[in-house]
Amino acid sequence: MTAELILQTLLSGLLMGLIYALVAAGLSLIFGLMDVVNFAHGELLMVAMFATLVLHNLLGLDPLLLLPIVAVLLFGVGMAIYRLLIARALSVTFNTGMVQIFVTFGLAIFIRGAAQFFFGGEFRSINNSWLANKTVALAGIYIPLPQLAASVVCLLAFALLLAISKTEFGRALEATREDREAVGLIGIDRDRIFAIGWGMGAAAVGVAGVMLANFYYISPQVGANFALIAYVTVALGGFGSLGGALIAGIVIGEVEALSALVLEPSLKQVGMFAIYLAVLMFRPRGLFGRL
Amino acid sequence: MAGSILGHNSIQRRRRLELIVGLIVLAGLCLLPLVVKDVYTQNLIILTILYAGLAQAWNILGGYCGQVSLGHALYFGIGAYVSTMLYVKLGIPPTLGMFAGGLVGGLFALLVGWPCFRLSGHYYAIATVVVGEIGYLLFLNWDFIGGASGINIPFKHESLVELQFRVTKVPWLYLVIAYAGLAWIIAWIIEGSRWGYSWRAVKDDVTAARSLAVRVFPSKMAAAAISGCLTGIGGAIFAQFVGYIDPDSIMSGNLSILIALPAVLGGVGTLWGPLVGSALLIPLKELSSSYLGSSGSGLDLMIYGALIVLIALARPQGLISLLGLFRKPEGAR
Repeated sequence: MTAELILQTLLSGLLMGLIYALVAAGLSLIFGLMDVVNFAHGELLMVAMFATLVLHNLLGLDPLLLLPIVAVLLFGVGMAIYRLLIARALSVTFNTGMVQIFVTFGLAIFIRGAAQFFFGGEFRSINNSWLANKTVALAGIYIPLPQLAASVVCLLAFALLLAISKTEFGRALEATREDREAVGLIGIDRDRIFAIGWGMGAAAVGVAGVMLANFYYISPQVGANFALIAYVTVALGGFGSLGGALIAGIVIGEVEALSALVLEPSLKQVGMFAIYLAVLMFRPRGLFGRL
Repeated sequence: MAGSILGHNSIQRRRRLELIVGLIVLAGLCLLPLVVKDVYTQNLIILTILYAGLAQAWNILGGYCGQVSLGHALYFGIGAYVSTMLYVKLGIPPTLGMFAGGLVGGLFALLVGWPCFRLSGHYYAIATVVVGEIGYLLFLNWDFIGGASGINIPFKHESLVELQFRVTKVPWLYLVIAYAGLAWIIAWIIEGSRWGYSWRAVKDDVTAARSLAVRVFPSKMAAAAISGCLTGIGGAIFAQFVGYIDPDSIMSGNLSILIALPAVLGGVGTLWGPLVGSALLIPLKELSSSYLGSSGSGLDLMIYGALIVLIALARPQGLISLLGLFRKPEGAR
């Protein structure tokens, strides 16, 4: 095992980890805000990837140019999900936790079925984008350009999320998270904040989806695996913690890449799951979760 | 004081009524083969009743004790593999093997519960998803038990002891009725026992339960052991019924959901919820996938998903609440 191989592995783990982090950030934002785990999160990623594919084929625009369009589209999808389903699920007075889990689960199955219905089950990909199949070589290490671009965009999206948290709106978000009953007294429309929170969470996963569509296969099933990793990432970082999602995403990406070196390919995820369970033994609410 | 004694009596009366209704339902199910002769329908009924039993097993941990496990396919798969391996490799009949499968399933539920019950709410749910997924991946790569290609259970001869029936489906029907009946009667006993009250206290408010000297951790472990054991037995029966098992069909995350769903849709923490939920969900799922899903169009998934959303939103206390007779024991919160 050469130094180059290890460096290469660490780097690809970092690049993938940043994408995991952004997917997880969307999930974490929604959870932190209203204590709802979105089990359709992977399907939102899948929707973003298919939207990129369709718009790319229809308009002939490069995925990079589609980034803002898909992000806005997913923002709308997120808000719609909140208004149509989640708001109702939150108003249920009985079995609230379970209703939330199974409403988003049913939604996930529905979206997967819809994708299957419209696009069929086969694997697709975008091969003729600007970045496709290009690499940069740096001191003997090859970096695929789509992955590099994806991680840069993910970092920018994180910076944006951080910047939003410093604005007036971000403070309203934080206040709603702290006490969702009391914010009504100071003139914050809780329902609107929740809807925007869902929009932002979906937009974050939308951005990740566009960048992923540049180099990853696209199919109705693609979301399931990313979703599982996102849950692990969020639980590892601590629900509701933005920085936690970033660090946990990178940790998960690195553990996955390194386990691929020593374990069989089909077992590479066992490594990250084991690390996650081990951490939970000592930090039941994740690395940066509030106790 | 008079009030509480009266309350106690009415609880006893309701429990007795539920037991009588249970026996009537049981008798009704046993008479089904006289009416239903069509093999496809018999198959559907067998699956429905099997899932009613599995959902009841899940309900003991997820409903009565409130620990939403999304990894029950692990215990199901372990039960299936233990009984199948004992039968295929050592020739031990599944009538014994299924109890071995249940035992190992229960042990694994304890093993998973020991670390995971420290986690609360969503952290617990996600940890169970991950544990289930780890089990799936390990079984997929374990060559001794057939890995991804699975194990075929060869048909040797018609035998009750070895649970091999090919002439007719009717013995399967009685077997799953016995299984679901066992799960139901265990739930009925739990409802009236001290454990049942402790578990419901743990579900409703852990802190308050602890202050009333309810031993929270042992309560969860006991619920997990019974739930995992029953699920393992169900897995062993299913393996013998379909004659072929592989990790994709018996250990996937989707199966974990399918085990939990009937209880959730029918009524969590109720005696009848799992059966009612299963009677609606399983035929709908099977029929829609055999009429719409064969082409891989995804329409069956859309119907299935939409149905879950609609029932969860419209009837959060479960379909069982439509029948006023079987009120939830502790009343709606």
